Amino acid sequence: MSPRVLDRALIYGSAILLAVWVLIPFYIIAVSAFTPQARIFDFPKPLLPTAFSTDTMQFFVEARGVVPSVINSLLVALATIAFGLTLGTPAGYALARFHFRGREAFQVIVLATKMFPIAILSIPLAVTFLQLGLYDNLLAVALVHTAMALPFIILVTGGVFVAVSHELEEAAQTLGCTRWGAFLRVALPLALPGLAAAAIFTFVISWNEVFAATILTLRTRTLPALVLAGLGTSPLGFKFAGGLFMAMPAIVFIFLIRRYLMNLWGSR
Amino acid sequence: MRTRTEQFLPFALLLPSILFLGLLIVIPMIQALFLAILADEGGFTLEHFQRMASDVNFSDAWRNTLLLLLLIVPLQIVLALAMALLINSRFRGHGFFLYIYAIPLAISDLAAGILWLAVFTERGYLNSALQSAGVIQQPIIFLSFENVPGILSAIVIAESWRATAIVLLILIAGLQLIPRDFFEAADLFGATRFRRTVHVVLPLLRPSLQSALIIRTIFALQTFAVVFALAGRNMPVLAGEAYTWYAANRNEHLAAAYAVLLLALTAVATVVYLRVLGLREAEVQR
Repeated sequence: MSPRVLDRALIYGSAILLAVWVLIPFYIIAVSAFTPQARIFDFPKPLLPTAFSTDTMQFFVEARGVVPSVINSLLVALATIAFGLTLGTPAGYALARFHFRGREAFQVIVLATKMFPIAILSIPLAVTFLQLGLYDNLLAVALVHTAMALPFIILVTGGVFVAVSHELEEAAQTLGCTRWGAFLRVALPLALPGLAAAAIFTFVISWNEVFAATILTLRTRTLPALVLAGLGTSPLGFKFAGGLFMAMPAIVFIFLIRRYLMNLWGSR
Repeated sequence: MRTRTEQFLPFALLLPSILFLGLLIVIPMIQALFLAILADEGGFTLEHFQRMASDVNFSDAWRNTLLLLLLIVPLQIVLALAMALLINSRFRGHGFFLYIYAIPLAISDLAAGILWLAVFTERGYLNSALQSAGVIQQPIIFLSFENVPGILSAIVIAESWRATAIVLLILIAGLQLIPRDFFEAADLFGATRFRRTVHVVLPLLRPSLQSALIIRTIFALQTFAVVFALAGRNMPVLAGEAYTWYAANRNEHLAAAYAVLLLALTAVATVVYLRVLGLREAEVQR
């Protein structure tokens, strides 16, 4: 083999090996969640599935609290997207368009919040929400999730508006648009795909968040909160189905936002 | 011409975010501190911190949290570095592989714990594979409280699997900042790929490695759902104790004491990394 061919083989070999490492748990959880309930404790298990059945999944979906918790998760995520984009888009736009005093300071604040362990703060927040009558309320969960997602939204929207040419907006203004009109009719439509990516990542943050959702609720559980609170008591099949349910959206969502991945964690 | 409104516009656009973050971060931080030092009968006390420190699980939680941190963070850095260097060689199809490697980014620690539970549970896929290969005669109980190395490895693998993606993105972004000429220059002087990586790429990647270290250390301090999913209550960790004291034992003061401890550790870790690794402000802002 020539060194070049060997080189290629080495690169693709390692790339495939690492991809298998990432994908194998998905395969195993999918096989586990679609194993018939009665055969979950079979041993040793064949690596290729021998029996396919939806009854473990059905058991999960029909279990008490699961459907409401999925609805709660969706509601919280949608509210988080609404709050987060409303607060974060203007900030991202300001970072992209203006050079003002305190710009660097604000960027440091954004990066610091990105790293900050906000979930831990749900403990004092729970006490406050209790006093405000917001305990066990989805709004409280959505507010905390918004704080978690906000730095990411600001970074992604900031990157998006940098990519939308400033000249277009100025041209619209010389043609008689107001500043607001130029933003609304020119910058915003061009930024829509990026804003959608920000919305999807916000959804991911909220859909996945466990700590705050469990601390801030008692009966009005989101899906992760329900699964976590039941870890000690629920049967293995329930956990597997729940795991599959929580993990699968990742495959689609990361695909949808693959072009914006660098904006999320890339800017330090 | 810049009008007055134009001058104030950026501040008006930032204000909602700043107010919101202040309301949901700064105020609760102060409240956590107060909760942790406020006595039930009024006045201040260190009683909650003393109770926390004398709790049976406290020293275990400390040990486990630090142990996991020391095992997980370096493993993730190495794994992510391998992925990042591969992707950065821009072979045909690297975009597809980047997508695959990034998928765990959208997975919670809880879901990751459950995914690996299917692998490590007594009648799970690891034991099945080992038995089929004839390595073992009967399943090994990896996740028993008596098998600390087993539990630890399961948690370390699950958490490394999940959160390597974050490190990967930070490192790739760092690699993209390195001019291509540097690689070509190294090649021109006959450097092998290994030497090029060690002498050219790694030093230039230092700022990214530093921020990856800080972020991952802070997140590793919060590790909890993956531990609950794999080990239940057999393996106390600091964030898990905060959760248990609030949700199960209904003691917000002790939970707040743990929260304050975690916030303090986060601050210490950040300052130590910034000092020891000499991260300059200019690099943070880039």
